[in-house]
Amino acid sequence: MTQSFRLPEGGVIDRGRRLGFRFDGRDYMGCAGDTLASALLANGVHLTGRSFKYHRPRGILSAGAEEPNALIQLGEGARCEPNLRATQIELFDGLIARSQNRWPSLDFDIGALNNRMSRLLPSGFYYKTFMWPASFWMKYEFIIRHSAGLGQAPEGRDPDRYDKTFAHCDVLVVGAGPSGLAAALAAGRGGARVILAEQDALLGGSLWSGNGETIDGAPARDWIEAARRELEAMAEVTILTRTLAYGYFDHNFVALVERVTDHLGGVAGKQPRQRLWKLRAKQVVLATGAIERPLVFAGNDRPGIMLADACRTYVNRFAVQPGKRAVVFTNNESGHLAALDMAAAGIDVAAIADLREDPMGPASERTEAAGLRVIPGSAVVGTKGERRVKQVRIARLNPDGTQALAAGENLDCDVLAMSGGWNPSLHLFSQSRGKVRFDSGLGCFVPGASAQAERSAGSCNGVFGLNDCLAQGFNAGKQAAQDAGIKAGSKGGAAPQAGNGDFLPARWIWEVPSGKPAGRAGKAFVDFQNDVTANDLKLALREGYESIEHVKRYTTTGMGTDQGKTSNVNAIGIVAQTQGREIPDVGVTTFRPPYTPVTFGVFAGRDVDDLLDPVRKTPIHDWHERAGAAFEDVGQWKRPWYFPQAGETMHQAVNREVKAARESAGIMDATTLGKIDIQGRDSAEFLNRVYTNAWTKLAVGRCRYGLMLNEAGMVIDDGVTARLGEFHYLMTTTSGNAAPVLAHLEEYLQTEWPDLDVHLTSVTDQFATVTISGPKARALLADVAGDMDLGSQALPHMGVGDGRVAGIAARIARISFTGEMSYEINVPASCGLALWQALMTAGAKYAIVPYGTEAMHVLRAEKGFIIVGQETDGSVTPIDLGMDWIVSKKKTDFIGKRSLTRPDIIKPDRKQLVGLLTGDPKEVLPEGAHLVEGAVGQPPVPMLGHVTSSYESPNLGRSIALAMIKGGRDRMGQSLQAPLADGRTIACTVTGPVFLDPEGTRLND
Amino acid sequence: MIEKYLRQSPLAHMGLGARSGDDTAKAEVRLAERPFFGFVNLRGPGADPAFLGAFKAASGYALPTEAGTSGGGGNTTALWLGPKEWAILDTRGDPDAGPRMADELRTALADFRVAVTDVSESRACIRISGPKARATLQKGCPLDLHPQAFRPGHCAHTRLAKATALIHLNGNDSAPEEAIFDVYTVRSFGEYVWLWLEDAGREYGVTARLS
Repeated sequence: MTQSFRLPEGGVIDRGRRLGFRFDGRDYMGCAGDTLASALLANGVHLTGRSFKYHRPRGILSAGAEEPNALIQLGEGARCEPNLRATQIELFDGLIARSQNRWPSLDFDIGALNNRMSRLLPSGFYYKTFMWPASFWMKYEFIIRHSAGLGQAPEGRDPDRYDKTFAHCDVLVVGAGPSGLAAALAAGRGGARVILAEQDALLGGSLWSGNGETIDGAPARDWIEAARRELEAMAEVTILTRTLAYGYFDHNFVALVERVTDHLGGVAGKQPRQRLWKLRAKQVVLATGAIERPLVFAGNDRPGIMLADACRTYVNRFAVQPGKRAVVFTNNESGHLAALDMAAAGIDVAAIADLREDPMGPASERTEAAGLRVIPGSAVVGTKGERRVKQVRIARLNPDGTQALAAGENLDCDVLAMSGGWNPSLHLFSQSRGKVRFDSGLGCFVPGASAQAERSAGSCNGVFGLNDCLAQGFNAGKQAAQDAGIKAGSKGGAAPQAGNGDFLPARWIWEVPSGKPAGRAGKAFVDFQNDVTANDLKLALREGYESIEHVKRYTTTGMGTDQGKTSNVNAIGIVAQTQGREIPDVGVTTFRPPYTPVTFGVFAGRDVDDLLDPVRKTPIHDWHERAGAAFEDVGQWKRPWYFPQAGETMHQAVNREVKAARESAGIMDATTLGKIDIQGRDSAEFLNRVYTNAWTKLAVGRCRYGLMLNEAGMVIDDGVTARLGEFHYLMTTTSGNAAPVLAHLEEYLQTEWPDLDVHLTSVTDQFATVTISGPKARALLADVAGDMDLGSQALPHMGVGDGRVAGIAARIARISFTGEMSYEINVPASCGLALWQALMTAGAKYAIVPYGTEAMHVLRAEKGFIIVGQETDGSVTPIDLGMDWIVSKKKTDFIGKRSLTRPDIIKPDRKQLVGLLTGDPKEVLPEGAHLVEGAVGQPPVPMLGHVTSSYESPNLGRSIALAMIKGGRDRMGQSLQAPLADGRTIACTVTGPVFLDPEGTRLND
Repeated sequence: MIEKYLRQSPLAHMGLGARSGDDTAKAEVRLAERPFFGFVNLRGPGADPAFLGAFKAASGYALPTEAGTSGGGGNTTALWLGPKEWAILDTRGDPDAGPRMADELRTALADFRVAVTDVSESRACIRISGPKARATLQKGCPLDLHPQAFRPGHCAHTRLAKATALIHLNGNDSAPEEAIFDVYTVRSFGEYVWLWLEDAGREYGVTARLS
């Protein structure tokens, strides 16, 4: 198709670079510099979507972020993205886009039936419909999702890469229109660190929409270029184009999304698709501009009905005629500017309907001088045209603007440019908790008191003349730099000079009368995106929703991705008019981030795949991998789970490992155990307070097991602590709990016991820890630790000493989690692999077998040793575990002591740790299985407790289980039932939790 | 003592020499592991002149007491980690520097309520340099790393992506584009931090060197 609406010259497009694109299956051509919207308009395409609720044909309304209608599904498959505004999509060659919210096609939409039945879809429709019956909700929802909804989620995983960065600056300037550019220049010249963020690809903002403005005596375009060059030459100024400041949070934290490569059409190379900037600014200058307001009149939503300033933008920036024959409908000077620019671009301007009785102002004078037909005191009171406006009806209004007089005059046109005044873009200001106030002269809300280190400048601050914008922007930039502590000296220069023009005077008529009774005229839309009409608002008021916040939620006006950019003030105006109140009394609703939608990918950033979470590996990890280990996640650590040999199942491998540790020697990588170095004169006292047992008498060179409780008396950790010197201890914690335990201990040290001379240092990663366990462990160690006396005299059970193992300086603790004679060998982490290899080599003659966490779990369960987090769940006391022996009765206090005497803690029917033996020794209870008494009858069946650990024990030749059972210790020998999900019930007998070597002879030979 | 060749630096398993994907001349981010160093964690009464004096007498330079700064002399450098906490570094590549430094400090500061802990083995050190080193680190570090805010000799015990990191900007008055950062992280987080830096620097070109 040819670009039959493209002007032969002008604009900032590159006619030499023609770009092909596809919209709804049809191929078109555009130019470099186009947006999807401008390229569609160049091809005469206005119809771009169907409305949300009524499925009415909708066209391009605007030329910017405020676009409520032309929401586009861009791309295909995994790369497609919904809800993009065609007015912001930069055209690239090969772009593929689809309209949304239409089925089966844009031209013929079955949902348009909703439009005919719109009396059945009043405001609050959802609430009313879904009140009853509740079970119908699912059905309604299915139908609504299918026929309404906005766009579709992409299929498949996002193939793009996203970046995130923190950033800091002295002055953030949001918006690079005339005010923002002036602000950035003023701040930058003073030497401030400036970030200038502009959502558009170009700097200059509204200057591109205008025609003939000059700044400092030069055409505005030349001034923009000079400003760009000057800013780029400043070392401390960063210009971020295609960057949206979407949210303004506390402490001047502003979130921005930079579209790094979107405009290249998926050709990202090494660059990310988008970048999230998490920016902390000392000062913020908001120069976010203003958005033109539609007029609310019957039939104001047909394709071809556009904002007047958008028509100027398409003519002046994109060299596109929005139509061939235009009518302008305005209540202020802006409409006249649009009429002039359209006429200059060869568009036949049929008439200007002006709500003002006596239009006057600089632009009105020019339209009059140009001989354009102006109809004062008139309004568009109706429109015709299905997929494009064809005709409008213009009628005179009575003097107070409440009624249309006579039938009026029909004018043919294919574009209607409307202007209802201007809304400063207050979204970021509002998000910063700044208070807005209504300016009745300007007919809009403007910033009031700031809540943060922020100032607004230019049209977002209610200043609309170009010279005033430049002056205010310049001053704001200068002040912001000063307030950020930059001493500018005299380098700032003077504010740029330009002429002033304004859209005032204006006449505010919030709802334009139609000359027909309500319900008979066409719909007058307030919120195009959410399909809210003036009548919907009035219905909400009639139904008793008086607060503007309630009206918003009930009608959905100003909600969703649009956040009321074009609708907010009109809605408030109509509510005020209907209630007979002043607009400031009605108030304003809250603008929520994001300003326009932000894709989820940019929040994920690079925190995906391998970088989703740190993967911690021990120094011996490579050996385990080469040995074919299966790994288990323990916190962030990768631990060998078991080491299958060729052809072995997990079950076979674990059984082999478990047997080896009891019959010859097993070796395990225990590096991940948390280790906390404790130094200071009060270390023993500190341990007394954080563990339940007594530590004062522990001798140097000896270890002790400890249980750590929280204030509620519940077990939170356990581990062995060694006394290395008079005032020096080494505590071990469970692998997954190292960081929380250190934080718990530090909190007590810093907030409760600052008087104690104790220092804690995490040394988890300082050592590689290898445990050898089994009857041959001592012989093996003797072979490689030649000089050390390993006799039970020198190194008894729970003894610790220093020596050399395979030539490596090592600390050896004789402690056991398996019930076998075990040595825990700690060496510098860098020597871990060498130690492991030396032990494997030396251990060959003892048939040494590496074992993983699963075998460790079986071995300790055979001994009835608990695992914190498996037998315990934060609601288990030492008494519940049958570990009263470790709770000191003599100590005056320790964390959790007081709680252990609470009635609930000492009641006899608390769940207690017991062993379970199944009737059938082959049957292994599933962990988590619940236990009940007697035959399983009708529910509810009282639950007695649950299985916490359950394994096949190759050493015992049968299954074993640990369980927490109500009053369990009084149930020894009792038979219980475990009903399973598959319908079977397994009988088992309650026993003590220690299944093997209860006397501990294997430890203490 | 064990032969040095049997000792494995924290990132030895990654084969860093073979990872240099980008043209070394064009890469704007250079990564390298600094394999062996002494790193002693020192706690002590930072407001006590006698303690500060004892340190100075033993080490020949003053412990830094201003937040985020470092000081040094002889073979070691002290990095401020907190009002009562420092990292004492010996970065000459001696794998046995840590225990020796710890012994010396323990002796020199025996009269004070201190804790001297050798944590050399529990840290990985990644050196990142090149024109885009700052930009790469800034992606994961919430502190302001701008040359005006984070100058040579500055250090910060902070967050880098999802890891804890001690970032030290080497040198005294080197030009910002020549900035050389040493990033110390917990040993087992070293691989994650390396992979993260490689990914974060990818758009600038990354080259890896052995040291």
